[in-house]
Amino acid sequence: MKNKTIKIGYLARVEGEGGILIKIRGGEVTDVKLNIFEPPRFFEAFLRGRKYFEAPDITSRICGICPIAYQMSSIHAIENAFDIVIDGQLRELRRLIYCGEWIESHALHIYMLHAPDFLGYEDALQLARDYPDIVKRGLQLKKTGNDLVALLGGREVHPINVRVGGFYHLPDKKEFVAIADKLKWARDAALETVRWTAKFNFPEFEQDYEFVSLRHPDEYPFNEGKLVSSKGLDINIKEYELHFEEEHVSHSNALQSVHKGSGEYFAGPLARFNLNFDKLSPIAKESSKEVGVLKGVCNPFKSIIVRSIETLYACDEALRIINQYEPPEKSCIDVIPRKGTGFGCTEAPRGLLYHRYSIGDDGLIKEAEIVPPTSQNQRMIENDLRSFVTANINLPREELIWKCEQTVRNYDPCISCATHLIKLTIDE
Amino acid sequence: MAIKKPKVAVFKFASCDGCQLSILDAEDELLIIANAVDIAFFPEASRRMLKGPYDISFVEGSITTPHDVEYIREVRKMSRVLVTIGACATAGGIQALRNWKDIKEFTQIVYAKPEYISALDRSLPISSYVHVDFELQGCPINKYQFIEVMSAFLHRRRPNVSSHSVCIECKTKGNICVLVDKGIPCLGPVTHAGCGALCPSYQRGCYGCYGPMESPNTQSLSKHFIRLGLTGQDVMLAFRGFNAYAEAFRKESDAHEK
Ligand code: SF4
Ligand code: SF4
Repeated sequence: MKNKTIKIGYLARVEGEGGILIKIRGGEVTDVKLNIFEPPRFFEAFLRGRKYFEAPDITSRICGICPIAYQMSSIHAIENAFDIVIDGQLRELRRLIYCGEWIESHALHIYMLHAPDFLGYEDALQLARDYPDIVKRGLQLKKTGNDLVALLGGREVHPINVRVGGFYHLPDKKEFVAIADKLKWARDAALETVRWTAKFNFPEFEQDYEFVSLRHPDEYPFNEGKLVSSKGLDINIKEYELHFEEEHVSHSNALQSVHKGSGEYFAGPLARFNLNFDKLSPIAKESSKEVGVLKGVCNPFKSIIVRSIETLYACDEALRIINQYEPPEKSCIDVIPRKGTGFGCTEAPRGLLYHRYSIGDDGLIKEAEIVPPTSQNQRMIENDLRSFVTANINLPREELIWKCEQTVRNYDPCISCATHLIKLTIDE
Repeated sequence: MAIKKPKVAVFKFASCDGCQLSILDAEDELLIIANAVDIAFFPEASRRMLKGPYDISFVEGSITTPHDVEYIREVRKMSRVLVTIGACATAGGIQALRNWKDIKEFTQIVYAKPEYISALDRSLPISSYVHVDFELQGCPINKYQFIEVMSAFLHRRRPNVSSHSVCIECKTKGNICVLVDKGIPCLGPVTHAGCGALCPSYQRGCYGCYGPMESPNTQSLSKHFIRLGLTGQDVMLAFRGFNAYAEAFRKESDAHEK
């Protein structure tokens, strides 16, 4: 095919505003751009001069879909600066609230943002007309995640109960009983979700990726671990900026991250799954085996299955935590601010979220650095688009456009996060 | 097709998506809403994007770029009723903290090549540029209040959203006052109701995420804060948060800036 331009002005079913521009000249893809026109909000700049304890509440407003991730990365970074370590039940409760966010965010993406692509619907509401019970299951699953976040955090979006040192207030042990019943239902629903998504049609599209995620010796990673990659990286999180850098390109209001020396890399569910398969709970492993999606999966379209497996894991892990829960003596340990720099890296539903803060004697933030998952995946998304369009250049235009959108949604990009992304243009 | 369903649109400017997400978080009501109205434009949820005019447009986010200014004027023209949702849209949001700073300096802190960034020097609410029919406050909004506002406008009545303070919600819930009893600084007395006094119910002071109530007595609250031992800078930061550029909070924070 000759020349064409694929332009998606406003990419739907992603969080935030962005578009795609693909130029094809003489039958070859010559340019791929993920335009991020979501306006910049300058968080790192106005965090300067704020109090350390405001960081979790302020940074959660970077993203309404994964506020817990921002709260967790910021509190871990600040605790690291103050040389505080949270363990025991408080640490478990942090994992528990993170489980809630994974369930809520993954269910939203699987059912409302991504599945309609596989089944040829413009949105989940239209899908619901033909498959009401499936969409209702998805909504109920999402709601269970939200209920868990709200129980521990006070509300679903921008929870108010997370603080440096622990929580403001702990719910009563008996409040966990009611949520446990919902989680048991959710665990079954998540297993059905794995089976349902595994039956979709997946384009043949396997790529050689460098996957990057946290890895922890004892658990599937949420809050802590070392940073590892499928190509041999193994570092402490405080060395992140030595190995990764952010580049600023003209077509994007978001910075693009690269692994120094090797370029783009892949963060998110597929990365975590491939690097931590051994740490999944038995039920999650069994479901992976049942549907034949095992460690080493490198078709990004199959991320929807992996997201479902992670949802199953998160329900199971939440139940484990609740079953062993004994209320700690205090909701929060004492925090004594001091001068220093701290690092925090946690696994947001979409992938690694890195924070660094320098704090002064007065407890005020001197400097902040935040690298969200979508900044990290942006280059990879552009690469995937280039490879996908090259391999499918003869698809009818409308179909190609839709498939390009789907390629982007594989990453569940969160553009609101990345501008601290999406509009599709194919130019022929 | 029998009766034409009202066309509803959701637009986004500078924001975190949290307020629109609160709409999708109404899991139990979502399919019912989707049956009652025609969700004509809601890119976060659908790739189907119908052209205006719309019966109601909900607008999230603040105006921060020259392009936003043009776009919000178009949105106004396409909308019979325009309702702003959230602190960003009603007050400029947390990103309005730049209104006190030099935008060039800010761009340099975050971006390596500031020349690529196009931004206005202030983050302003929607009402600074176009007429707004109703403002729903909160960071994020309360999903039940959202449903009330939507059904009120569809039935052409005023929304039933109370305008009192978080303090009153605390009293209704029977909370023990964190300010009086524990000496925890709390913006509850001057903050618009809507959250159900969430923070005090979790033993922390309100940080004003629902923005100022109608005619708040911010001055007397500041005096109380000073008596509790807060410094002028502490008071300034307390008012300069998620609704920093809302008039009442802006004036109070400015009064305490050295
Ligand atoms: S008001 Fe708050 S929750 Fe709503 S979009 Fe703005 S930052 Fe997000
Ligand atoms: S108590 Fe205040 S800060 Fe907390 S949720 Fe309510 S309005 Fe927001």
